[in-house]
Amino acid sequence: MRTYTQQIAKAPLSAQFGLFVICVYVFCALFAPFITPFSETEIIADAYAPADASMWLGADNLGRDMFTRLIYGARNTVGVAFATTVLAFLIGGTIGMLSATVGGWFDQVMSRTVDILMAVPQLIFALLILSVVGTNTVSLIFVIAVLDATRVFRISRATAMNVVTLDFVEAARLRGESKLWIISREILPNISAPLIAEFGLRFCFVFLFISGLSFLGLGIQPPLAEWGGMVRENAVLITFGEYTPLLPAAAVALLTVAVNFVVDWLLHLSSGLKD
Amino acid sequence: MNVLYKILAERIFFGLFSLFAVSVIIFFAVELMPGDLAEAILGQSATPENLAAFRKQLGLDQPAFTRFFSWLSGAMVGDFGVSFANQRDVADLILGRLSNTLFLAALAAVISIPLAVTLGILAALYRNTLFDRIVNVSALTSVSFPEFFVAYILIYVFSIQLGLFPSMSSPNPDAPFWDKVFSAILPVMTLVLVVMAQMMRMTRSALINLLASPYIEMARLKGMKQSRVILFHAVPNALAPIANVIALNMAYLIAGVVVVEVVFVYPGLGQLLVDSVSKRDLPVVQACSLIFAVTYITLNTVADVISILSNPRLMHPR
Repeated sequence: MRTYTQQIAKAPLSAQFGLFVICVYVFCALFAPFITPFSETEIIADAYAPADASMWLGADNLGRDMFTRLIYGARNTVGVAFATTVLAFLIGGTIGMLSATVGGWFDQVMSRTVDILMAVPQLIFALLILSVVGTNTVSLIFVIAVLDATRVFRISRATAMNVVTLDFVEAARLRGESKLWIISREILPNISAPLIAEFGLRFCFVFLFISGLSFLGLGIQPPLAEWGGMVRENAVLITFGEYTPLLPAAAVALLTVAVNFVVDWLLHLSSGLKD
Repeated sequence: MNVLYKILAERIFFGLFSLFAVSVIIFFAVELMPGDLAEAILGQSATPENLAAFRKQLGLDQPAFTRFFSWLSGAMVGDFGVSFANQRDVADLILGRLSNTLFLAALAAVISIPLAVTLGILAALYRNTLFDRIVNVSALTSVSFPEFFVAYILIYVFSIQLGLFPSMSSPNPDAPFWDKVFSAILPVMTLVLVVMAQMMRMTRSALINLLASPYIEMARLKGMKQSRVILFHAVPNALAPIANVIALNMAYLIAGVVVVEVVFVYPGLGQLLVDSVSKRDLPVVQACSLIFAVTYITLNTVADVISILSNPRLMHPR
């Protein structure tokens, strides 16, 4: 634990800023009901009522408190994006490492399938599948997780390939260890650093993707507060010179920048470059 | 030359194969739906007789493979069937919108490519200066911003506060060219900002990678000016990665156009796709996805072909 705090203390300012922002978002997501003055879907004022002492940012298109929904958005948007990324890594990472270990026809079939899935723009693919299965949060998570797992497959397979050829994996094979043991005890610990950095990047991508879909009205559905959806619902206010509808979008951008800062730092650490 | 042809043929074959695979996926994704199209359109209350008659009318009594090939052969000659929502020919719905979208994408490409390459070269030339820093930071920021955020910031600044450009953009097909450009200026600016960052960074890093090579060192030692070293010695060798990232970003433009069209209420293919997804108008969704996917795959294949062709080691094998 002390080494972690030391590492963070030595991190560049941008990474410390990034970590701080991430902590704030996580705090908001976890304790949303305690921070916010109202509940997520409670109608407390007229539509688009201006800001006053109790509503710092005014009311939205249905008269709900904008500040409250902004905080709840952390829970919904970040939560769903996080769940999706974790699922994508479970699927893509497992199959990728398995492909590298097993090789042969399994690897061929998986790699070619991923090539073809990656030949279609992700947004178009997601829209096609969502129009078939319908837009709800569960299918959203699964569809995006599967599509994103293709990218995770590529990187985990490529990094695992480098490890598979090393002597200690060969030794484990000769000892007669099972495939699962080799993957979890020999390969995973050796590729965890690039995978963690990739997790950050994939999270950013999924996060932008989900808020983009919600902005199009095809992602997380109302009445749940979602940053992309909030921009869409209140976009009319922008034409009256109000900046409040831009705040949810800024929240998306700030978290993405923060995660990128931390990822840059992690990549720098894991590449062994010390300055 | 044989090796080159073999690699090219392989790449083009893979492109064609993915096109076929994608059309299979687009067609059969719809088949996965619980129930079938007839039930989806007529709803719960339909009688079995009605359903049977409607299935026959849609051709759903045929096996899926027969329908797939008739759909595909129809799509090849521009016949995408009939929309569920308003019973119009999908081809009619698409045609005008496709040219609007192409207009937007072409304008964005014409502006962003020269700008990005120039800025990338300048950033490599003035490496580690304030200019380079600014280029890098703005590239990172624009990658992190959702498209709709960039779009609304532009609307807020240029349309609401300064009142320079229209915030909604629906070009009149009969309007003169420059009027159309003027009304599309904010969507185009958004797209340019979104795709430029990566092209710029790639140009810069492709050039900087080369600057460490011995022949660049040689040119420098001869006393050549830095700008001449970069423009005449480094740039020609960096063309492959630059061409590649340009084609990739043009492909990205195709998808990015969807969100931008929705923000600016621009009557293009992307907006049609989004509307049709929320209405579950499947023939239109299929047709739009197919057009987007074909464009994307074609651009990616072209990118790979360019990078293969621009590799002199493959052009002149020993």
